[in-house]
Amino acid sequence: MLMQALRNDRGGQVLIGVLLVLMIAVPLLNQLPPGHALHVPTYTVTLMGKYLTLALLAVAVDLVWGYLGILTLGHAAFFALGGYAMGMYLMRQIGDRGVYGNPLLPDFMVFLNWDELPWFWYGFDEFWFAALMVLLIPGLLAFVFGALAFRSRVSGVYLSIITQALTYALMLAFYRNEMGFGGNNGLTDFKDILGFDLQADSTRLGLFIASALALLLGYLLCRYLMAGRLGRVCVAVRDAESRARFLGYRVENVKLGVFTVSAMLAGVAGALYVPQVGIINPNEFSPLNSIEVVVWVAVGGRATLYGAVVGALVINYAKTYFTAELPEIWLFALGGLFVVVTLLLPRGITGLLRRREASA
Amino acid sequence: MSKPLVRPLPFFALWMLIALLLGLSLQARAAEDETLAQVSALLVQKFDQRARGVALLVEQEHPRTEEILHLLKDGELYYRKDDDRLFIVRSADTGAEALDLLDGSAVIIEKKRDFRKVTLNNLMRGQISQALAELGLKAEDPERRAAAVRELLGALDPDTVAVLRNRIGDEPVTEVRELMAQALAIQDLETGDEAARLQAIERLDGSLEPPVRNALTALLESDAGDQVKRQAQLALNGIDEKIRYYGMLETLYFGISLGSVLVLAGIGLAITFGVMGVINMAHGELIMLGAYTTYVIQQLMPNHIGASILVAIPAAFVVSGLVGIAIERGVIRFLYGRPLETLLATFGISLVLQQAVRSIFSPLNRSVETPDWMSGLVEINPVFSLTLSRLYIILFCLLVFAALVMVLKRTPLGLQVRAVSQNRAMARAMGVRSKWVDALTFGLGSGVAGVAGVALSQLTNVGPNLGQAYIIDSFMVVVFGGVGNLWGTLVAGLSLGVANKVLEPWAGAVLAKILVLVFIILFIQKRPRGLFPQRGRAAEG
Repeated sequence: MLMQALRNDRGGQVLIGVLLVLMIAVPLLNQLPPGHALHVPTYTVTLMGKYLTLALLAVAVDLVWGYLGILTLGHAAFFALGGYAMGMYLMRQIGDRGVYGNPLLPDFMVFLNWDELPWFWYGFDEFWFAALMVLLIPGLLAFVFGALAFRSRVSGVYLSIITQALTYALMLAFYRNEMGFGGNNGLTDFKDILGFDLQADSTRLGLFIASALALLLGYLLCRYLMAGRLGRVCVAVRDAESRARFLGYRVENVKLGVFTVSAMLAGVAGALYVPQVGIINPNEFSPLNSIEVVVWVAVGGRATLYGAVVGALVINYAKTYFTAELPEIWLFALGGLFVVVTLLLPRGITGLLRRREASA
Repeated sequence: MSKPLVRPLPFFALWMLIALLLGLSLQARAAEDETLAQVSALLVQKFDQRARGVALLVEQEHPRTEEILHLLKDGELYYRKDDDRLFIVRSADTGAEALDLLDGSAVIIEKKRDFRKVTLNNLMRGQISQALAELGLKAEDPERRAAAVRELLGALDPDTVAVLRNRIGDEPVTEVRELMAQALAIQDLETGDEAARLQAIERLDGSLEPPVRNALTALLESDAGDQVKRQAQLALNGIDEKIRYYGMLETLYFGISLGSVLVLAGIGLAITFGVMGVINMAHGELIMLGAYTTYVIQQLMPNHIGASILVAIPAAFVVSGLVGIAIERGVIRFLYGRPLETLLATFGISLVLQQAVRSIFSPLNRSVETPDWMSGLVEINPVFSLTLSRLYIILFCLLVFAALVMVLKRTPLGLQVRAVSQNRAMARAMGVRSKWVDALTFGLGSGVAGVAGVALSQLTNVGPNLGQAYIIDSFMVVVFGGVGNLWGTLVAGLSLGVANKVLEPWAGAVLAKILVLVFIILFIQKRPRGLFPQRGRAAEG
């Protein structure tokens, strides 16, 4: 079934090929001596790993926006929640190596004069528990939120706005010190993960490979889901929601299921993002981030999945380049891109390529 | 030859007059200086001489009497041991500044021990507070007399009470007399017998002056009789009830003013989003442009800050309105019927506008001055006062709202806008130029956003991120009120503002905001079309 789906998926084949090559080639090229022409410095490896996690987030957004037509402006919330779950695990791994050297409490709690660990931090000493939470917390939030919203048939613009309100409310909440997640500063100063030093080159390579693998598996999962009956129902819901409902499909259940899966994927992306950038703070919840993800998908091409990956990689590379070289230009370029893509390229960059392929 | 002789005469007379006046005033000054010198000579000696110094000061009605008495009372008058000169010393630490009382020159304190405070004994304290009370009560201005009595309320002693008893008969203004009576009643509470106390409680019942409440509370703790205590408790309950009532009024006032800001920010969106079904994410930036227009206008007319706001209102309307029309003609008209794409494109525009402002004006916040006529307080009573700036915001919001309703209900443009929003095809069939109406409607909504920016520039910092801070709130207001309904926006904005302020003391500002957001998210589940749903071409996904 999955094989069959991939056979018709030229973009997917290329993507999987590239990811597999990267997973093997990048660690090898990283081993070359620093002066060598093909040497890939560890800094670049981490940067690429970061891009891959963002690409996974974009795939998650494409799943709900491209196939279901739900324009979510709050997916960064699920990403950030996954990131916070991972960040809490990494905080607990610091142990007594923090600035205050308190073996029981993270630094920021010592700073706030807290006496004991809040209950919601219990269990995060264990990696398996944190990994479970990376999936469960975004999944649960998406499930509850979706159950409420889809059942009462909030759709279109209204849904977009309340997803935005959701991430905005979470951002405000996480800025509060009383929440117990480090307030403004968030969680940072991580030391190691699963016993490996986070600063070590080998750990960074490992995280890169894990990110590539996660993107690969996430892509396959989404492709698998969307290639089958569910995928066709999703497209039907997107294009004619009422008709799909009258044909007997439980539209809200379809939406709820796909939305929840997508949120969990976003959570995984966030969890892999945090150890590579070394910090998670409430800014990740900012509504701007969520909208940016939507633009990656739009630029890459909606409802293709690989288009989301292309869009995320291209724009993030451009962002890194522009913010370093021409910081003045970046927002002009990004803003212009929004307008140009929506006006002139409704099918994104990959849409251009496909058209050429079709005409050739 | 005779003419020139006449001429110098008036000049001469004038000069004489000036010299005379000058001489008189110099003479007066000299007399004052002499008094001050005598007083300072007395003040540096022993207590009874000091008391004589104070008496002399009061007797001569020296213009600086009040200042000097306050300095003495607050222990801020020192003398230098070397030459017995008096100095005003706010802080007696080494390195601090001391001001010469007579000529105002500043001296740095090198050694603390060189200066010694002009201390008072109890007799002098009584004398000074009595003198001060008399001075205050004698003032020409009834406001000042009232202020003097208020000050006395908190610090009554037998001397000031005596002064009050003396003056209460002569007081011409009822309010001030009432305050004096309250002061005397407070005194009776402390010292009087059972009957006097009961009478005093009756008089104080319902007074909102803080000292009255303190005195009644103190009475409950004292050795007063049961009946007195019972009456005092009743009066106290009444006062507390009143204070709670005014506290609620104040919360309501804050809430309505916050709500007015929300309505102002949201009402332009209610037009573009509600009437046209266009999601304009650049709405916040149009508000920001309005605020920057205010800033630029103030830079252009720095000497007329008071008038600049009035100029800025139409200017901001035009600037934001033109930008809005440009956005509509350039981008949005290609995207009608595709609200989600509109959302993305306008978001892109918002980023461009933000960066443009950053590049032109710098990323730092710009300060916009508040004109004098907008700052100040209207005091209703001791526990409740209205800040003028908030009052103006509320009025302005209502004015803008009324103007918009009038435009939409009473003008040909409004008629056409409503026609297009209800049924575009039919409106076009009837000869309405729908594209022209679209552009003007969008311009109107954007212009109102600019006007909101003028108001916001008085409340918050004007910076490139101003718009972002309000865009989510504006959407919440419009969605909560019901898309396509101006009255819904008004009700929603005001009620969200009040809800925010009611929750704030209980939950803190941030949590209150979160709770309101969560409430709206849940509310949309229950009523997806807002408080006042309306049919029409309103945004549907």
